[in-house]
Amino acid sequence: MIALLARDLRLAVRAGGGFGLSLAFFLIVTVLVPFGVGPEGGTLARIAPGILWVGALLACLLSLDRIYALDFEDGSLDLLATAPIPMEAVVSVKALAHWLTTGLPLVLAAPVFGVLLHLPGPAFVWLVLSLGVGTPALSVLGAFGAALTVGLKRGGLLLSLLVLPLYMPTLIFGAELIARGASGGATTTPLLMLAGITAATVALVPFAAAAAIRVNLR
Amino acid sequence: MSIWEYANPKKFMQTSAWALPWVTGLAAITLVAGLVWGFFFTPEAANFGTTVKIIYIHVPSAMMAINIWVMMLVTSLIWLIRRHHVSALAAKAAAPVGLVMTLIALFTGAIWGQPMWGTWWEWDPRLTSFLILGLFYLGYIALWQAIDNPDTAADLTGVLCLVGSVFALLSRYAVNFWNQGLHQGASLSVDKQENVSDVYWYPLLLCITGFILLFIMLVLTRTRTEVRLRRLKALEARERLA
Repeated sequence: MIALLARDLRLAVRAGGGFGLSLAFFLIVTVLVPFGVGPEGGTLARIAPGILWVGALLACLLSLDRIYALDFEDGSLDLLATAPIPMEAVVSVKALAHWLTTGLPLVLAAPVFGVLLHLPGPAFVWLVLSLGVGTPALSVLGAFGAALTVGLKRGGLLLSLLVLPLYMPTLIFGAELIARGASGGATTTPLLMLAGITAATVALVPFAAAAAIRVNLR
Repeated sequence: MSIWEYANPKKFMQTSAWALPWVTGLAAITLVAGLVWGFFFTPEAANFGTTVKIIYIHVPSAMMAINIWVMMLVTSLIWLIRRHHVSALAAKAAAPVGLVMTLIALFTGAIWGQPMWGTWWEWDPRLTSFLILGLFYLGYIALWQAIDNPDTAADLTGVLCLVGSVFALLSRYAVNFWNQGLHQGASLSVDKQENVSDVYWYPLLLCITGFILLFIMLVLTRTRTEVRLRRLKALEARERLA
């Protein structure tokens, strides 16, 4: 499993295009928003949590189809299916690799983007915390969506249609957590709900994703 | 006599061919009776005026939108566990009906909301979760259409239906947390505590029955079409081999 993780990470970093691209995409989205809604600090600060979360969702979505696509095309996925580790573990490792290459950079870079959007001071801790807790769920759910569409030639649009509704609860609690943190409200409930959603998806969704991959490899 | 006999397509086709005219007739009668009764023979409500009559379409379609997803969940589970093709085809047949029911509920709600709430759309938990339900229907239908191999498609949409059910439910309660509601509470219940008055209740019951029958009729028709399509494909495959 560690070997698989290392391989996926190396591929992501060296193959180019994947690693860092989603980060750049996140930056573009954040930069475009002020042009759309105007540069007033008050407005930007109010919508910043939502924009940052939506940007993170889209950036994450962008790199989903490469989770399995290349492995499916060159047959590595078949080899992985016959390997001694269970498919569920393969899915989890691939989701982890996806999170390390897209989710984690987003979490680390988010405070910089927060500055661009005039996010109020106390909210920065909550921004990092909420993205850090929430983005693993995005990667795992994305791995499920990618597993459903792996056999399709042009699955990209379909993938977003399938995955984005699944992101809804994470988005709601994640953005709410930052908004409450910014205004000094009670943050425990959204934080616990967000953590609960992530924990449950990380624990359960790999089974569904593995089932979908087995069907697609049949 | 058990329900599993209908897993046999032949048996299903025979029984449904027999049942379809009856269901269709009953659906037509109950719908016409319920809607005519509701539209023309009930008094106007004190606060709502004539707009109250939209309830006869709005409530049944909203109920059906939710229940059709539950029906798809059950039939998907039957397919995944027992591999009965008719079950998977029934789930496929029900999805567009569910999507249309969701849209009807949303549109009638908007038409009612404009004079009553002064807005076509409000980000109210019920409205929002219905929109999300509509998105799930869309994704489900799109996945069915995207995959060529029918068994693969049935498997994958089945899995999507299971995961989607959990997340649709989760979204339902997440949006509760996110925004306060404008939509009134349930106006129907079996234990008459918080119920609309009998004048509206009976025609509404009739309309709900009519919508259920309409749904059964549509699903039977569509499932029969799917079974025939499947047979046609099998015949074509045989022709090509011969």
